[in-house]
Amino acid sequence: MNAGTLNRRLFLSVAAAGALAVSLAGCSGGKSGNSVEITNVSYDPTRELYQAVNPAFAAYWKKKTGQDVTFRMSHGGSGKQSRAVIDGLEADVATLALAYDIDVIAEKAKLLPADWQKALPDNSSPYTSTIVFLVRKGNPKAIRDWNDLVKPGVQVITPNPKTSGGARWNFLAAWAYGRKAGGSDAAAEAYVKRLFAQVPVLDSGARGATTTFVERGIGDVLLAWENEALLAEKKLGAGKFEIVVPSISVLAEPPVAVIANNAKKHGTEAVSKAYLEYLYTPEAQVAIARNFYRPSDPKIAEQFAGQFPKLNLTTIDKDFGGWTKAQKTFFDDGGVFDRIYAKK
Amino acid sequence: MKRQSPSTESSTESRTAQILLIALALAFLAFFLMLPLIAVFSEALKQGLAPFLDAVSNPDALSAIRLTLIIAAISVPLNMVFGLAASWAITKFSFPGKNLLLTLIDLPFSVSPVVSGLIFVLLFGAQGLLGPWLSAHGLKIIFAVPGIILATVFITFPFVARELIPLMMEQGKDDEEAALSLGASGWQTFWHVTLPNIRWGLLYGVLLCNARAMGEFGAVSVVSGHIRGETNTMPLHVEILYNEYDFVGAFAVASLLAALALVTLVLKTVLEWRFDLHSGARH
Repeated sequence: MNAGTLNRRLFLSVAAAGALAVSLAGCSGGKSGNSVEITNVSYDPTRELYQAVNPAFAAYWKKKTGQDVTFRMSHGGSGKQSRAVIDGLEADVATLALAYDIDVIAEKAKLLPADWQKALPDNSSPYTSTIVFLVRKGNPKAIRDWNDLVKPGVQVITPNPKTSGGARWNFLAAWAYGRKAGGSDAAAEAYVKRLFAQVPVLDSGARGATTTFVERGIGDVLLAWENEALLAEKKLGAGKFEIVVPSISVLAEPPVAVIANNAKKHGTEAVSKAYLEYLYTPEAQVAIARNFYRPSDPKIAEQFAGQFPKLNLTTIDKDFGGWTKAQKTFFDDGGVFDRIYAKK
Repeated sequence: MKRQSPSTESSTESRTAQILLIALALAFLAFFLMLPLIAVFSEALKQGLAPFLDAVSNPDALSAIRLTLIIAAISVPLNMVFGLAASWAITKFSFPGKNLLLTLIDLPFSVSPVVSGLIFVLLFGAQGLLGPWLSAHGLKIIFAVPGIILATVFITFPFVARELIPLMMEQGKDDEEAALSLGASGWQTFWHVTLPNIRWGLLYGVLLCNARAMGEFGAVSVVSGHIRGETNTMPLHVEILYNEYDFVGAFAVASLLAALALVTLVLKTVLEWRFDLHSGARH
């Protein structure tokens, strides 16, 4: 055999493989026959939650309509995910960390109505959470409240507010403390600036920050979603971490919405709407509580009251004038975060 | 030990240096190559074979493996052809703008993969230059398989060309000119003269290209959309599993990626050996 023939054969077989692959790679999506597919673009820590909820909804929907439903899940930092939907990631539903990230989709890409948050109960937030501290076993740096975070030698882990929803809630919780302790916005800014000077690394999403703290062992305290903190404490490193509940925090409302234009295009409007409504049923609310999110249903919340300590919670609407304003003041380019982080 | 003729002072010294250097190189290899490789495999098999097999036969993992192979099967042949054409043009002809073309070929090496990914989002994203047109025609590029292929082709473009250009430059165009003057057509010249001359460089370039195509993370991460079971390649799937604290799963898939790389190397060695045998027989 000479080299020419061998090369030619090699080339032809590789080309054939390529052509076959192209034909295999055809995309599927939306509705076909008696099955339907929903793309849920979500934020970082909800992986386990939707792994629990999705099969339950699939069974419910099958019983109700006889239709099989499958899910395409995408997770990442909330801001990043919102950007992806704007850039063309065809989500049927978005389940993000904060309302602003869905507002932006409505504003920039016009994929859903501006008043989307009125479509479902409780500001379209079937579950809430708050921001707590996760510290290492025995609390070696004696962290009890926000003022302990800015003591010399304490390393604080939080993700980047530019890309992570959780980090923005962290920031606002810290701000709320600074304002209460110092009595003014100027005092709050001074406090937050000192706090971020203690942050050695900004991950892009909440899950990355948890991994940094838990697996890589960096930092003394993790500012975390309560659900992430409980997950880390109970499941990941049982006995290695402790949760510290601060004197004041923020009521985090992660909202859900049908991305109307995408759902319409895919013919998934009915099932997408039913999916989000299902999150409010007692069955889903129990799964929500078991995955450490605070249920919105008061009866289920009562059942799990032991898991979720009562604390002084500020809210975005009452204390910060809503997300649009908070985003503009704190997190947009040239906002407070840029000011304090650049000058650290 | 082999007995040698009485050695001088300087040659003993050089032997010590030799042994030291070899030891150093081996230690370096062991530390930076073997150790991580062993770590990946041992972490993957830490809880035995069953969890490992579960992890790699999980539908999401299978889909990531399939996608990675598809991406490589499309982008590598494309870049083989592009790379050949580019190096052929650059080394066998002279034309204005040749240096510019050379520089452009290196572009994917010098640009950060994240930026390469963003270029495609800016071009094909819903808010991008071609986004509205694509969406009106129901075409999906970004956050779908075509986008991942485009990004991979872009990233891996220089490998074949960079391997071939110096080689073809060195060989010059005497052989081709001789073939042409003896009446061979352009195609015949390429097939029977050029290709046999460059086959090692080409093979090496293709292997490097393939390794990167299967392993690329940054650019692919930007354009993928991270939809499980659909647009997650193996490297992206490894990251997802790691972030879900599924370490056995993450390392199982990572060890598969490493195994694919090892297979590529073995393939290269086997091919080299077979070709050597044939060319030896011909002489």
